[in-house]
Amino acid sequence: MENGTDRPAASTRAVEIGVAAVILLFGLVVVIDSFRIGARWGDDGPQPGYFPFYVGLLICISSAMILLRAARNAALAAESFVSREELKKILTVFVPTVVYTSLIAYLGFYLASTLYIAYFMWQLGKYSWIKTVPVSVGVSVAFFLIFEIWFSVPLPKGPLEAALGLN
Amino acid sequence: MEEINALLQGFGVALSPLNLMLMFVGVILGIIIGVLPGLGGANGVAILLPLTFSMAQQPGGTTSAIILLSCIYWGALFGGAITSILFNIPGEPWSVATTFDGHPLAQQGRAGSALTAAFTSSFVGALIAVIMITFLSPVVAGFALKFGPPEFFAVYLLTFCAFVGMSGGNAAKTVASMMIGFALAAVGLDSVTGTLRLTFGFTSLLKGFDFLIAVIGLFGIGEILETLEEGLAFKGASAKINAKVVLETWKELPKYWATSLRSAAVGCFMGIVPGGATPASFMSYGLARRLSKDGKNFGNGVVEGVVAPETAAHAAGTSALLPMITLGVPGSPTAAVLLGGLLIWGLQPGPLLFVEKPDFVWGLIASMYLGNIAGLIVVLTCVPLFAAILRIPFSIIAPVIIVICAIGAYTVHNSMFDVYLMVIFGVIGYAFKKLGYPLAPMVLALVLGDRAEENFRNAIKGSQGDLAVFFSNGLVGGLTALALFLLFWPLIRTLLRALQGKRAG
Repeated sequence: MENGTDRPAASTRAVEIGVAAVILLFGLVVVIDSFRIGARWGDDGPQPGYFPFYVGLLICISSAMILLRAARNAALAAESFVSREELKKILTVFVPTVVYTSLIAYLGFYLASTLYIAYFMWQLGKYSWIKTVPVSVGVSVAFFLIFEIWFSVPLPKGPLEAALGLN
Repeated sequence: MEEINALLQGFGVALSPLNLMLMFVGVILGIIIGVLPGLGGANGVAILLPLTFSMAQQPGGTTSAIILLSCIYWGALFGGAITSILFNIPGEPWSVATTFDGHPLAQQGRAGSALTAAFTSSFVGALIAVIMITFLSPVVAGFALKFGPPEFFAVYLLTFCAFVGMSGGNAAKTVASMMIGFALAAVGLDSVTGTLRLTFGFTSLLKGFDFLIAVIGLFGIGEILETLEEGLAFKGASAKINAKVVLETWKELPKYWATSLRSAAVGCFMGIVPGGATPASFMSYGLARRLSKDGKNFGNGVVEGVVAPETAAHAAGTSALLPMITLGVPGSPTAAVLLGGLLIWGLQPGPLLFVEKPDFVWGLIASMYLGNIAGLIVVLTCVPLFAAILRIPFSIIAPVIIVICAIGAYTVHNSMFDVYLMVIFGVIGYAFKKLGYPLAPMVLALVLGDRAEENFRNAIKGSQGDLAVFFSNGLVGGLTALALFLLFWPLIRTLLRALQGKRAG
């Protein structure tokens, strides 16, 4: 994607600083919570926050170093972390994945997976329904046979399995 | 010759029909996992680990389970070479060096020789590493039996400091990634005092973060997202391999015995150090290029350039299991997942394993010999089949892999929360990979966090909070000193270079 029309969606420096800031925040949370439950020497040994306190401290120090180094590096600002075109591609996969995982709780694993695979094939692969339906249903049936029957590992089920009496 | 006897008994365990079958199943699954984008040794084993829970409860079942999982690991190592040579896509970071000469060979129509050379040298590297494990691990385990909490913590310290010193990347990012792993490992119920740590009132955080979920998300979802932006088409050379090519290549290979032995030595040594497989493959490729008579042709497609990195990577991947079974310190992310498996099955990895579960340990070691033979047979005979997997369109294979990852994440604790976590770890994995944060230290810290903390607490409890306990005798003092040396190695190196520069100037 090295063409002129494809502008960067974010510079490497911006993402580097953003990620380091999130890590720094996480480190602070760890330090504060460890301090709350006691990060010093108790009556019978180290208090529960003793070890995590130093872990949090090291997170803060290292992320602060990364942040400062990125902020001073002007070359990183010109570098593209992800272009718009790439970001679009990633989102066309990522958004359905988020929808898929949240649907599992309502539709059950197998129905949600069938819909997810079918969506992918239809939307991204431009397959006709003649190919999409057998492949997506076939994969889910195969998973059902492998997990429920062969390994007897139950996966979450929904209204479809209830209607078919497979629970 | 006590080891030989123990090993023969191990072969008795590994050669049962069930275990032999599991070996082939494991190797084939492993190769498929190694070939597929988004699935690798670490998350492949993590996804299949829950399926072994019921298997491990039967008598002798833990041995069968570890044979299955370790053979998946060998298979994945073999599989990485297929994609590197035919498709120029390194399946694992340590296969990158294989693409330098492997892919040019394939483009010249010599894919068969490149693949044969890669598989054979992988096998040789693994074999040398297993022989080393056979004779060295009882010694290391015997030595480690004398370890107390301070020594164990010093070993963990050494492991983690080695990451900082040897990784060669950005040290601050290595530390950040590692410490995030430790912090996540601390979430949940503190096993010593029963205090809740970092849960903030969320009941789903009570159990803490399972490293299996992290591995599946970081390596699986993260890698799929990364692959996507590079485009979806895989263009590969065809994989024709027949007996004639194999025999011709085998005739050529003994010429490179020096490269082979050197690379195996580099691999064995680096594999014991965590994160060593990738530097080992690059290092032995570089050494081979410098020392070979044919050095100037490296990069244009010479067989020796495939032999060097493959031997080293496989030797390193195999010897990564040595510290795992003897000390309970895994040398690679996949070894870390295997170690997590042992813990889940109720085994305590470490020196006592050799005393209490000799069947398990020697069955595993014997299966390393047999599993690699099985792997060599399977890859040499079925390469075109495995290469065909990559010709399945990405719009079918990608959602199937994500579904498999979701199933893997769910089955660990039968919890939907873990599936959501997996997606979050996927985003973290994507961002971290692109920004150059190493993922292996985070995974290892997640696995070892609780044990490292426990040993640290017990050690300083014994000394009433005095950190001098980590220098209290020669053994622990030596380990700690070595750890600190490795930790500050990047700094020391910079100073040395500055001094040299001054002298030269």
